[in-house]
Amino acid sequence: MIYNLVGYYSLLLGLIIGLSLFYFSYKNFNNSNILDNKILSFTFLQLFLVVISFLCLIFSFIVSDFSNETVFNNSHTTKPLFYKISGTWGNHEGSLLLWLLVLTLFIFLFLLRTKNQPVKYKILTLVFQQIIIVGFFLFLILTSNPFNYIFPTPKEGLGLNPILQDPALAIHPPILYLGYVGSSIIFSSVLAATSLKIISTSWASHIKKWILISWIFLTLGILLGSIWAYYELGWGGFWFWDPVENVSLMPWLALTTLLHCILVLEKKSILTSWVIILSIATFSLSMCGTFLVRSGILNSVHTFANDPERGLFILVFLFILIFLSILIFFFFHKDNDKKYYNFFWLSKETSILINNWFMMYFLSVVLIGTVYPIFLDVISSQKISVGPPFYHKLMIPFLIPFLLMMAIGPKLKWIKSQFEDKIYLISFFIISILLAFLVLKNFNQNILINTILISSALYLFFITLRDFFVKKYKNISQNIAHFGFSLLILSILFNNLFTSEIITNLKVGETFENSKTKIFFESVDQKKEKNYNAIIANFSISNSNGEEDKFSPELRIYNQPVIATSEADIKTTLMSDKFIVINLVQNQDFFNVRYQVKPFMLWIWLSVILISFGGIVSFTKKRL
Amino acid sequence: MYGRKVKLRFLFIAIILLTLILTVFLILKSLEENVIYFQSPTEIKSLTEIDKSKIRVGGMVKKNSISINSNEVNFVITDFKNEINVSYSGAVPNLFAEGKGIVAEGFLEDRNFFSATKILAKHDENYMPPEVKEALGEK
Repeated sequence: MIYNLVGYYSLLLGLIIGLSLFYFSYKNFNNSNILDNKILSFTFLQLFLVVISFLCLIFSFIVSDFSNETVFNNSHTTKPLFYKISGTWGNHEGSLLLWLLVLTLFIFLFLLRTKNQPVKYKILTLVFQQIIIVGFFLFLILTSNPFNYIFPTPKEGLGLNPILQDPALAIHPPILYLGYVGSSIIFSSVLAATSLKIISTSWASHIKKWILISWIFLTLGILLGSIWAYYELGWGGFWFWDPVENVSLMPWLALTTLLHCILVLEKKSILTSWVIILSIATFSLSMCGTFLVRSGILNSVHTFANDPERGLFILVFLFILIFLSILIFFFFHKDNDKKYYNFFWLSKETSILINNWFMMYFLSVVLIGTVYPIFLDVISSQKISVGPPFYHKLMIPFLIPFLLMMAIGPKLKWIKSQFEDKIYLISFFIISILLAFLVLKNFNQNILINTILISSALYLFFITLRDFFVKKYKNISQNIAHFGFSLLILSILFNNLFTSEIITNLKVGETFENSKTKIFFESVDQKKEKNYNAIIANFSISNSNGEEDKFSPELRIYNQPVIATSEADIKTTLMSDKFIVINLVQNQDFFNVRYQVKPFMLWIWLSVILISFGGIVSFTKKRL
Repeated sequence: MYGRKVKLRFLFIAIILLTLILTVFLILKSLEENVIYFQSPTEIKSLTEIDKSKIRVGGMVKKNSISINSNEVNFVITDFKNEINVSYSGAVPNLFAEGKGIVAEGFLEDRNFFSATKILAKHDENYMPPEVKEALGEK
């Protein structure tokens, strides 16, 4: 009850403070050389109010206050405490409040941590960020108030979708949001810097930190979502080119490209237009993703309620922001081409530029694959879907030169370069091809494109691996990230090529047998928990080497809401995962069994962690 | 006639234009090849020829139609106007049940038989794919 009121009025107050900040910024902008203390304290107050409001929602969830509509729709008294808390952001209203929290947190940290930059720049960044913040305040209060009051108070809530009741998914939204929404601060400060024409090398090294933060969290957030999909959805894969995954990948691609551009800008003060456009693109893509997911156009676990009004609001807001930023870009940005900077074709700049083009290509493939079905539906009401073959076909051929560039690019020098150590560059290349050929030959997987792809990935792998040992390599963070990427591609390739799968229907006591694997369905147990009943199936599976493993995957039937989910049983080892998931078809005594052996699964996760670790190293590196 | 710089710039623009055109062409071409169309049982009944490409069929799983053996699941998808028999040998999603909405992906054998390669998993029991809703809404 009381939480509802406090939470709601904090939101209103936060909105008012947001509006008053425009006024203070305007006053401060014209007549001061130092940042007005009022601005900092009001920004803090705004953050504080949003935190209060957020805590109110969390408390409402903890005490199961069903007079709150959001809590009623998404919680239940029998839910474990941990999932009561994580349920706070497991719904539309709560997750938008989290979005707002990240927005206000970032602008406060930005004002606090930014030194050595002009006051006008700080104020203008605040103004742009406040435009976004006020927009989201309005969105929250007008269309999706988390503190709606219901009377009479219901006795029991409707419960949280059971597949969201999972540790990885409990922390996935906050981590992802830090990256996804964190890109807003890049957007705001780029707009500010463009209008003040202060884009320079020192500005670049200042904004680089913020780009890195977003990038690290976005990478980890996507990873968590992917791990969750792997063990919870029971499809045994980690990436499905589902539109919802794509909308997280698109900002990541833009952000990664931006990260590379900002390095060039920091060193050479070129590619400014790239930096501006990419910063705008990253945040627009984040907003666009929110629009697609929340408007109910794309259907997924992220679509909480299909409300056209909400979709329309975000769409209009998105267009306003894009329009504003394009306006600023065209009116204020003059490329300082007076001191036209000439760089030789063989240089670090060129290689980064070329890889930018590749990234943009990947981005447009994902964008078209995601948006085209929606577009077609609107204009011709034809229902289509675009599957993985589309993405694979368009991406894989271009991945090859991309990987090679990733290996060679960092070896080049700025401005003009020659290949040094030609011998080892070439010899590594030959070794990679031979190795790839051998591996595939041994496993009767002799397909040309795979050989080439694996060789280029191996090439990057060897080159970056060597750099860890050779000389005190200057750019250790880059090397870690690129090494991680080569490992990622290799693991995905081997995982795809060598996964084996058995799908069969078994009754208790039956055995499935083929040349390599024997699956024996031993018995069925039952288990009763507070919020679900489980059927546990016990299997013993032996392979041709005589190794035997026991598996007990579960089928859970949650009571609030009544939904059945499969809990896969996964045995993870360094080299491969064994994955089994069961399902029971209604009114039948057959169990549907899916058993997979997936090599290098662990390495996919590890390599992504390694990639973001590269970012962390770069972030902590002492500079300035 | 033209200076070297102008020529170079011209070449540069030409290359960029060519790459762009090629990219767009490539993307559109493979879109055409890899798109999966959605059809309701009624639409399938009225097909004049059976296409060999992959499609999606959506509707309700008919009551009492599921039968299962050691390597296959058979059931009937209905939009309450027409029906189609589906055979499927793969993993079944959790919310696969009689009387629930479903989308199956696979190939048509003829107008009455569909062999599915994938049954799409749903996340929520109340959720109905918009395609299915539309297919059922026509009744």
